[in-house]
Amino acid sequence: MSGTVITVTSGKGGVGKTTATANIATALAADGAKVVCIDADIGLRNLDVVLGLENRIVYDIVHVVEGTAKLRQAMIRDKRLPHLFLIPAAQTRDKSAVAPSDMVRICDELREEFDYIMLDSPAGIERGFRNALAPSNKVLIVTNPEVSAVRDADRIIGLVESELKGPPSLIINRIKPEMVKRGDMLSIDDVLDVLAIDLIGIVPEDESILVGSNRGNPVALDEKSRAGQAFRNIARRIKGEQVPFIDLDKNDGFFARLGKLIRPGG
Amino acid sequence: MAVSLNIKGVKEGLLVTVGDGDWSEASRTLLEKLLEKQDFFRGARLVLQLGGRSLGAADLGKLRDNLGDLQINLWTVLSESALTENAAKALGLEVSLPRPQSALPPDLPPISPSEDGSQAILVDHTLRSGKSVRFPGHVIVLGDVNAGAEVVAGGNIIVWGRVRGTVQAGSEGDVTALICALDLAPTQLRIANAIATSPKRRGKPEPEIAKMKDGQIVAERWKPNEKG
Repeated sequence: MSGTVITVTSGKGGVGKTTATANIATALAADGAKVVCIDADIGLRNLDVVLGLENRIVYDIVHVVEGTAKLRQAMIRDKRLPHLFLIPAAQTRDKSAVAPSDMVRICDELREEFDYIMLDSPAGIERGFRNALAPSNKVLIVTNPEVSAVRDADRIIGLVESELKGPPSLIINRIKPEMVKRGDMLSIDDVLDVLAIDLIGIVPEDESILVGSNRGNPVALDEKSRAGQAFRNIARRIKGEQVPFIDLDKNDGFFARLGKLIRPGG
Repeated sequence: MAVSLNIKGVKEGLLVTVGDGDWSEASRTLLEKLLEKQDFFRGARLVLQLGGRSLGAADLGKLRDNLGDLQINLWTVLSESALTENAAKALGLEVSLPRPQSALPPDLPPISPSEDGSQAILVDHTLRSGKSVRFPGHVIVLGDVNAGAEVVAGGNIIVWGRVRGTVQAGSEGDVTALICALDLAPTQLRIANAIATSPKRRGKPEPEIAKMKDGQIVAERWKPNEKG
């Protein structure tokens, strides 16, 4: 067996990389895949919080790189899903504690056992990003429908392309259909017009994301959450299924919900 | 271990690349593969690429005969091994591909900038944010110049696409330099030492040419039959 290493990155901070990593990993694992997430944001770890595994950390990825712990010891099993694991980042170190070659080595080991290895990249284009990109088979770019996030995504796409990692796919996160309609927010088409890469997901703005992140409960497990549905759909697309995109014009009235029951979108 | 074998059609014929490993297995696999699509390969001439493998005339001759049975003509053997190359020569096979015939004569006279044009580079892809292209001559971009990307040319800049980034023509002070694009909406546009920003777009994008006029940069809609 040889797993796929998926790097989630964005350039700009705060667009939802960690949320996307946690939710896509959760959705993949809930669907039966064996998944391990690696927090590559050494010094500013978050993924453990979003997954609700903060209090279980004993060893982290720097311990593994330095040989203080075995890879297996640093793997924390998720409290809900038996096939989901997390390798946390170190909080007290910085990006220079890990080299791209270390990440390649760790991922090669994990590929033997897991279907998907999801790497949560830090913001920026420096060492941490290089670490997260080095072992990657598939790159997911997360962006928001705003000019600065799209600009940074464009830069990142250029860097990914120059590393010959194959074409990255795009997740547009936190879109507000009513703002797009008013012309106050970039539309999906505006974003795709600039970035010109494949779209793999559209995630609507959803308050349940924040609540879920704070409580350590990824919304991908929440059947009622629209954002959760969007992340589940991304997971299915990663597995190669054809899933239609969400219809953003639908409001969440009774008929919309009825429609969703019949044809889940997102 | 299976020997890697790659068959592809090239201009010269059928190119077969054989990796390292046991020769008898490799040749057997090759013949099996060719046999599978015998009708398709019949009459083809075959270029065999062998890397550093050493083969004698007996092995090569046997393969040639076997291929002959399939009506495939072993024509050329490419090898880095002197032994293999000599064996191929002894069998009367070619050991190198003919050099491609160039459409251009070998000794081109230097071009005259005033009559035949001047130096330019072609960028055949979109320039994404963070990319910078600098060239003392002209720059031609087949694709977009995205916001955050930059093109600096000593001469003209021609973009078959959208300009959203920063473009500077005539960077050495040439005030006759032009910038033209299918959709010209740069963050900033410079010609020689003059600087302009794009006015807010009105309506549909159309091809435009920016140039200096009376010390100011102006952008005009492109019209056929008019030199910039």
